[in-house]
Order: sequence, then structure tokens, then C-alpha cells
Amino acid sequence: MHPALSIIAFTTLSGLGYGLAVMLGLGLLDPAAVATKIAWIAALAAIGGGLLSSTLHLGNPQRAWRAFSQWRSSWLSREGVMAVVTFVPLLMTAWACVIEGRQAVVPGLVGAVLSLCTVFCTAMIYASLKSVDAWHTRLTPACYLLFSLGGGAVAASFFAFCGGGNALWLPLVAIVALVGAWVVKRAWRQHLQATAPLSTPESATGLGAIGHVRLFERPHMTENYLTREMGFRIARKHAAKLWIIAMALGGVVPFVLFALLLAAGAQAGPGAALVAGLALASHVIGILAERWLFFAEARHAVMNYYGG
Amino acid sequence: MTSLPSLPTPKKLGLVIDLDVCVGCHACVVNCKEWNTGGYGSALSDQDPYGAEASGAWLNRVHSFEVVPDGGEVVGEAGEARIVHFPKSCLHCEDAPCVTVCPTGASYKRADDGIVLVDEDMCIGCGLCAWACPYGAREMDLAAGVMKKCTLCIDRIYNETFEEADRQPACVRTCPANARHFGDLADPQSAVSVMVAERGGIDLMPEQGTRPVNKYLPPRARKPLAASANAMPREDTDGATGLFAWLDRMLDRI
Ligand code: SF4
Ligand code: SF4
Repeated sequence: MHPALSIIAFTTLSGLGYGLAVMLGLGLLDPAAVATKIAWIAALAAIGGGLLSSTLHLGNPQRAWRAFSQWRSSWLSREGVMAVVTFVPLLMTAWACVIEGRQAVVPGLVGAVLSLCTVFCTAMIYASLKSVDAWHTRLTPACYLLFSLGGGAVAASFFAFCGGGNALWLPLVAIVALVGAWVVKRAWRQHLQATAPLSTPESATGLGAIGHVRLFERPHMTENYLTREMGFRIARKHAAKLWIIAMALGGVVPFVLFALLLAAGAQAGPGAALVAGLALASHVIGILAERWLFFAEARHAVMNYYGG
Repeated sequence: MTSLPSLPTPKKLGLVIDLDVCVGCHACVVNCKEWNTGGYGSALSDQDPYGAEASGAWLNRVHSFEVVPDGGEVVGEAGEARIVHFPKSCLHCEDAPCVTVCPTGASYKRADDGIVLVDEDMCIGCGLCAWACPYGAREMDLAAGVMKKCTLCIDRIYNETFEEADRQPACVRTCPANARHFGDLADPQSAVSVMVAERGGIDLMPEQGTRPVNKYLPPRARKPLAASANAMPREDTDGATGLFAWLDRMLDRI
């Protein structure tokens, strides 16, 4: 599948934003601290920015409001509805923190749960597509949820080291969530590599009864919407390298940096904040690479008709 | 509404494509584009139409495949490999995944005849339905930003200003080899249903669970070229009568 930048940015940013909103909603940072107020604004900006960038790939963005109507059948519609609904408790909790310096407990908890529901809907858009073997597994929503929580915990730890509150628990949560996320992601990738494709050129043409089917000629010499959108291919060796880069930046680096901070018994302060900031930046770049691979490595059933 | 009709539709209008007959001339492809660029919804735009990278939205495309039997040789005409031309357009699936994923309600399946359509005024061009279709039957129109797909020429088949013979999808009407047939596949007595029953018509990618309405008739078993060569008429005058019998006898004597 074609790794569209707008969708990669959207899932990465909104996943991170919702994860941070979960940590904030649960009240894991001190609502009176300035760093926590900034964290709320950052979380809402990441969510909002992600949602905006997701409308960039629409052919007719001015009609995007119509996408709220079909929640009965469509995960994309459910995601849209959930995103809007989630904004209500998140804005209430953010208001309480930023303006009044207190934790709004109930809206915070509701916002945390709804945030995870929204991430789940995003993941189900992909997981519900039977036409893409790599995505059509329960591991897909598991990865999205865990990466969102992991990213949220990494970001919250950064704000904790900036003076937002408890700088012991949050890095620990981040470390556990990161390990969990990458273990599940690894299982996801093994599933991708180990499972035989559901459909083949033989089943796609129905000619398997006669023999082995090979594309002889494409319908047109040039590319078309389908081959551009779904025919993206990445060389195995590049995919293997990118996978290592994603895991190193997205998992290993933040893990090691947080472990060092914890071992040093670091308290909030400029030095610790800088290290935690590095961990966050590295994590985000790693997740961007992971998301890029999520698309680039997925093969669509239609390529059985195009010799891919 | 992007929920599918809850009951099987009373009619299942669709196509039956005979892979034994299709010669891969692309006439259906061209006539489809010709009819649909001026008909239902926005035109089917092309990008860079006269340049090196010409591309555009088409609702019907013909692929060509080479099929090699197990252990078969590929030696041009003498080998066992065969070329099968393979036209493909929307199969108007009964369990259409493209419809249920649509967030706006633009994609729908008609409850009375099963035709799957896109209401272009509602489509936001998110492209998710094209991802959901395993067959590649939906293409985004890059100029209008809306999804395009086969309508089964809904503006022809019900068009009472047309002669009866023209109330057929453009691709069916134009096929010079008669490889394409249109009809109601819910009616077991219809010509298309009979054809499917007799020839063992098949579903494409049944494992995707889409239950396509359109059916494909597999190519008939082919006689090897060598077998045809043996069938050259032998010299045999046994059955000759009258003048030819007399001639036969006279010439034998010389
Ligand atoms: S062929 Fe594709 S576009 Fe047509 S109904 Fe089936 S899934 Fe939908
Ligand atoms: S591209 Fe249009 S028809 Fe397809 S899913 Fe999106 S809104 Fe629906």
C-alpha cells in the first residue's frame, strides 16, 4: 500500500496525542504545574493537527462532515464520531487544568477511555479490510493501542521531567508500555511474513484449475490509480533496515534513556528534561518509520491482477 | 445508507463474461469510457492524456494472463501455455465490503436490483472503498475527487427511450465477439443463469467472502495443436458413387 504522508502523520500524531491525553486524564501529572498545562495544549494540538492532516488526502474535504453519518457500518465514520465526542471531556479536563489548575476527575477518566476508543476505531479501519492480509488481524488494533499508550507515557514522562509531577512512575510506565508495544508489533510483523496470501493470481482469475497463472499484459502500459495506491513495493533489504531503525529509535533509545534517568535517580530539571526530550523525539521518529512500514509492507489483493 | 440490504435483492443484475470467447480487443473498455464519460455523474478524467505518463479513470479494464498447466511447456504456439484475456469491472458483490466501509453514505447497494453505486454528491473522496474492494473495481477520479465505478450502465438498462436491443450495458452491447452477457442472475431461468449452470461459471476470489454477482465462464479445455494436425482428411474413395465411382475405377486402371 502507498505510504501517504498525510495518513502517516495523522496516525502518528493523533496516536501520540490521545496517549498523552490518557495519561493526563488519569491525573498522572500535577494539574497545578505549568508543564502539565503545556502538556494538555500539546496533546490537543497533536490530536487536532492529526485530524486536520487526515482531511488533506480527501478528494472533497469540504464535505468531510458527511463522514459522521455512517457509524453503523463504517469504522472510518465511527472514528470521526468518536474523535468529536472525545473532544468534549478532553476540553473540559484541559480547561480545569490550564485555567483552574485542578484535575477534573470524572471528565478526565471519561476522556481517557474515549481516547483509547478513538485510537481503536482508527486501527479498525485497517484491521477490517480483508483485502489487505497484513492488516486483517487483531494484532493491528493491539499495536495501535499499545503504541498510543507507550508514546503517551513517553511524552508524559518528558513533561514530568520538565516539572509536571512524579518523575518516577511515569518513566516506569513508559518502559513497560514500550516493551509491550514492540513485543506485540514483532508478533504482528511475523504474522505478516509467515502467513500465505489469502488470494492468489489463481483464485483472482479463477484459472487455477487450468494451471499456474502469470500476468502477461497489464491493461494499460502506464500506472493507474490502483497501481499507485496499492502497488507500492519496498525492497526486502530496505524493509529489514527500516524495521531495525524503527525499533531502535522507537523502542530501544527511549528505553535506555529512561532507564538511565531512573538509575541516576534523576529529578525534574533542565538536564533530565533534555534527556527525556531526546527520548520523545527519538520515539516519534521511530513511530513514523514504523507507520511508513505498516503501509509499505502491506500487499493488497488487487495486485494479483497486476502481477505484483 | 452504507448498510447492505438485509434480504437478498429480488433481482441480481450482473454480467457473465465468457473467458473462452474474449479476444482481448478492448472494445468494451473503450465503449465503457465513452458512454460513462458523458453519462452518469462527472466525466471520467484523464491526467496527462497525450503525454508519456497518460493515466485516467476507467471502469472496465482487460488484463491478459498466461496459464501454464502443471509440467506444461512454454514454447510459443507449440507449448501448452495459453493466453486468457480477462475483462474486469465491478462485480456488484452481494456482500460488498466497499459499501460498508464508506463513511458518508455515498456508496450503496440498491435493494431492488443489487446494483452498487456511488452518489457523487456525497462522496468525499477518501478512497477507503477502493482499498476495501479486493478486485480493483473502483478508481478515484483525480479531477473531480470522487470515486468512480461501474454502474452497470444504469442510465441505459432502464432507459425506455432506447430500443430494446440497446437497453444493455455499453460493454455488452459493443463486444464484437459476444463474450459479455447481461441479465438477472437471481432468476434461474434467465439466459445468463442457464449459461452459468451449463458452463460451470465461477466467482472471482470466493475466499474474500464478497459473493460477487458477476460470473466468469472458464475457458473450455483446449485440444493440443498436434491433435488437430492428425485430423487432416485421409485419402479414401470407398464411399464414392455414380460418376465419381466410375472415374475412380477408370483412373485406378490406368
Ligand atoms: S467488485 Fe469491488 S466495487 Fe464492486 S461491489 Fe464488489 S467489492 Fe464493491
Ligand atoms: S471515496 Fe467516496 S464512496 Fe468511497 S468510501 Fe470514501 S466517501 Fe465513500
